[in-house]
Amino acid sequence: MNEAIIGKPAEKRRPCRSMLYMPGNNPGMMQHVPAFGADSVLLDLEDAVSEREKDAARRLVSHFIREVDFGDSIVTVRVNGADTPWFERDLEEVIPSAPAAVRVPKCHSPEDVRHADDLIGRIERERGMALGRIKIHAMLETAHGIERAFEIARASDRLEALTLGGQDLTADMGVQKTRDGVELFYARGRVVMAAKAAGLMAFDTVWTDIEDMEGLKNEARLAVQMGFTGKAAIHPTQIDAIHEAYRPDAGELRRAFRIVDAAERAQREGKGVISVDGRMVDGPIVARAFSLMELGRLYGIGQEADL
Amino acid sequence: MESSDCMVVVSPSDGYALEYGGQNEAIFKRRTERIVREIAERYAPAEVRIQDRGALEATLRARVETAFERASREDGQGGSER
Amino acid sequence: MNAERNFKSENFKSENFKSGNFKSENLALTMIKNALGREVPVSIPGLGSYEPYVSPFAYLERELPAPAKAKSLPSPRPQKPRHDKVTDSIENAVRRSGLENGMTISFHHHLRNGDAVIPMVLKTLSEMGFKDLALAPSSLPDSHDMVADYLRNGLISRLFSSGARGEVGRAISAGELDAPVVLRSHGGRARAVQQGDMPIDVAFLAAPLCDKYGNMTGSGGRSACGSLGYAQVDAAHARHVIAVTDGLADYPLRPRISVPQYLVDQVLLVDSIGDPSKIATGAARISRNPVDLRIARNAFDLIAASGLLTNGCSFQVGAGGASLAVAAYVKDYMAEKKIKGSFGLGGMSGYMIEMLEQGYFEAMFDVQSFDSAVTDSMARNPSHMEIDASCYANPFNKGCVAHNLDIVVLAALDIDVDFNVNVQTGHDGVLRGAIGGHQDTAAGAKLAVVVAPSFRGGVPTVKESVTTVCTPGETVDAFVTERGICVNPRREDLLESARAARLPVKDIRALKAETEKLTGVPDAPEFDRSRVVAIIENRDGALLDSVYKVRGNSASLR
Repeated sequence: MNEAIIGKPAEKRRPCRSMLYMPGNNPGMMQHVPAFGADSVLLDLEDAVSEREKDAARRLVSHFIREVDFGDSIVTVRVNGADTPWFERDLEEVIPSAPAAVRVPKCHSPEDVRHADDLIGRIERERGMALGRIKIHAMLETAHGIERAFEIARASDRLEALTLGGQDLTADMGVQKTRDGVELFYARGRVVMAAKAAGLMAFDTVWTDIEDMEGLKNEARLAVQMGFTGKAAIHPTQIDAIHEAYRPDAGELRRAFRIVDAAERAQREGKGVISVDGRMVDGPIVARAFSLMELGRLYGIGQEADL
Repeated sequence: MESSDCMVVVSPSDGYALEYGGQNEAIFKRRTERIVREIAERYAPAEVRIQDRGALEATLRARVETAFERASREDGQGGSER
Repeated sequence: MNAERNFKSENFKSENFKSGNFKSENLALTMIKNALGREVPVSIPGLGSYEPYVSPFAYLERELPAPAKAKSLPSPRPQKPRHDKVTDSIENAVRRSGLENGMTISFHHHLRNGDAVIPMVLKTLSEMGFKDLALAPSSLPDSHDMVADYLRNGLISRLFSSGARGEVGRAISAGELDAPVVLRSHGGRARAVQQGDMPIDVAFLAAPLCDKYGNMTGSGGRSACGSLGYAQVDAAHARHVIAVTDGLADYPLRPRISVPQYLVDQVLLVDSIGDPSKIATGAARISRNPVDLRIARNAFDLIAASGLLTNGCSFQVGAGGASLAVAAYVKDYMAEKKIKGSFGLGGMSGYMIEMLEQGYFEAMFDVQSFDSAVTDSMARNPSHMEIDASCYANPFNKGCVAHNLDIVVLAALDIDVDFNVNVQTGHDGVLRGAIGGHQDTAAGAKLAVVVAPSFRGGVPTVKESVTTVCTPGETVDAFVTERGICVNPRREDLLESARAARLPVKDIRALKAETEKLTGVPDAPEFDRSRVVAIIENRDGALLDSVYKVRGNSASLR
């Protein structure tokens, strides 16, 4: 049985259901990241930081990444856009501290990604760092960017995720962001599909009303349903609701355990065909079963008996 | 200034001096002295004044460095910012 | 008996401590190391001799002095029918009480920061020329900085309290009071009063509703404060009791009487006993701070893993930060599992009363009401019961409720690697907290969980050794932070349950190291160790620790 059929999840990192925004100039928030329980955090140097504090924020963020324990949360940084005077300095200070990924805002075209890729590569070489270890998350938040989603997704080997920026996008579209999010329906589908086609993760935009937990839950369910691998959060209290939306269905998980079991048995016995409950099961289904099982572990479900 | 942060003022001076005040001054004088000295050695002599509202070591380092950077820029040696 | 009491009171009038003829450096106290390795005085002139702390329940082995007969009864005061108790002059009330220099006066702190009785009475006593009094309130509210003035002007030469904060704490830590302050838990104070360790000469008891014959209650009137649990002890044991009220009720007071008329000597009518807006603070809300919520979640998970949350369980939480959030998780769990608890205890918050009303517990025992939501409840709900401080936590009576407690969630200023808890001195060494019911409930409960953030204001919470031991580590079962759960190694069973439930268990030393990596290692505050400014009693009267004068020019003393 070959690897391709056994199937491994496209993402090498463990599931990243939530990505928590942290204002990059706010040590009082950043110092508590391990307590929030987010799968990943996004230390923000862009919108959350005023122009006169850009230097202070990037210094703070790079010290935090080097010196402060972020627990189990994967650390990413949102730099300022390439069209701003801060973009290069942001990368020069942040890259040496080696975050897992850099989020590049306002990606309109593949060139935007390649530009960031070149810069990061240059800094890695100058500093003698491992090449290509720091990933790029491309943020699509303009109509133009959405329409070129797949090209952007394939612009660089560094690319790890596409993320949807709903606030700027609706502004660009000249519409309001509504509670049910009909206006973002096409963009969501487009971003997810491009990411899937390129083997990347896809992050959904934030739910901005922190008082409205019902709205958040609905939107998180929608994101899961549409295929987003994770959703951004603007407040720690949103994380549980997002994680809850990703909780695998017990029946589906039970079946996943059986599929994985059958696949492993087939491999041991050298069989080329996997069958579960009398039905043939193919590669993508097996891959899905593996990733479901991995997801289950995040909810304390490691085996069928835990269900 | 928010809590968990600190305010740092760096002013040019003939020699290094540190004035550390704030809610933790009774217990973090030595820690702060050590950290500030390390950073100050990389810059021209200056007097450093810190008002601490509960900053972690990483925060303190970042704020002291930023203050030194800004001070050296104002001397005309710095980058393009501000 | 009265003679004996008076004789004891004389003993308390320490000539040594009168300002002028006393130099603190002359006071070379003989110190002894207790079982926690803390140096404590063997005796203090004017206060008596002390046992060093040995273990939480060493008192069971200790030989107690034979109880004086009827010591716990109020002083006899023969009266003719229909005599008039009411006065509207503080001076007259004081004169009639027979108060003399050197005697002990007491107050309760049920009016919280709204209390006007302590300032009013102390001002009058000062104007009347009193000096060298011992002040023995059940505790001092945050707002009572003016007490420091009376420590300085000689009106008060000795202080017995549950805590000392603000300006009072700073004055004591600066060594401005010659006699060491005696700090006790609520249960320990009730014990000291009932046992005769701390005879009270005159109790000035704020009474939100009171009739002309002294029947009083706290659940009613414009200064309503709920339970009068601390006042009840003083009313029963003080030589002379003055009810201070701004709510004169028709005789007889009804339907509730917290302190009955036969214990009350005088009724002092004043314009106002307090500021209702600061007495009846709004119901404490459950924290939305994500760090507090994480702490609460971890604490709840441990409580659930302990197996104690079952039908008939009993529970106590404070009203602060993470504590109330623990109650919310507990409530959800009880709802889901259809569990009905037996009783809630302690300082009552609106949230606990809500749990009573919604049927999660059969009863609430209320020694002190935290917010206005609680005040009305006692008047209308017979299962919400007022208990006095002795019933709450006195280890030397015939059975206190704290000894029936299953679970308690407690706060801390800091804690050390032996799980000793400090709730009294800040990291600068200055007195700023209160013992409250901490050591009583920790000792009494089956599971005592201490909750606090791993660091606060940039300062780590776990110390190698706490500045001041207020609750001995032997009575603390776990310390829970947002970064994990530290189970006391003395509780192997609990550790096992926590591990089995896959909770984020951490060694307390590992947590300390992890936190110090972020904050740095703080210096210990500098003390003048030749000068004891306060002693910390265990609830049984044995000494847990000494608090020393803070050295020199500390900023916090400015």
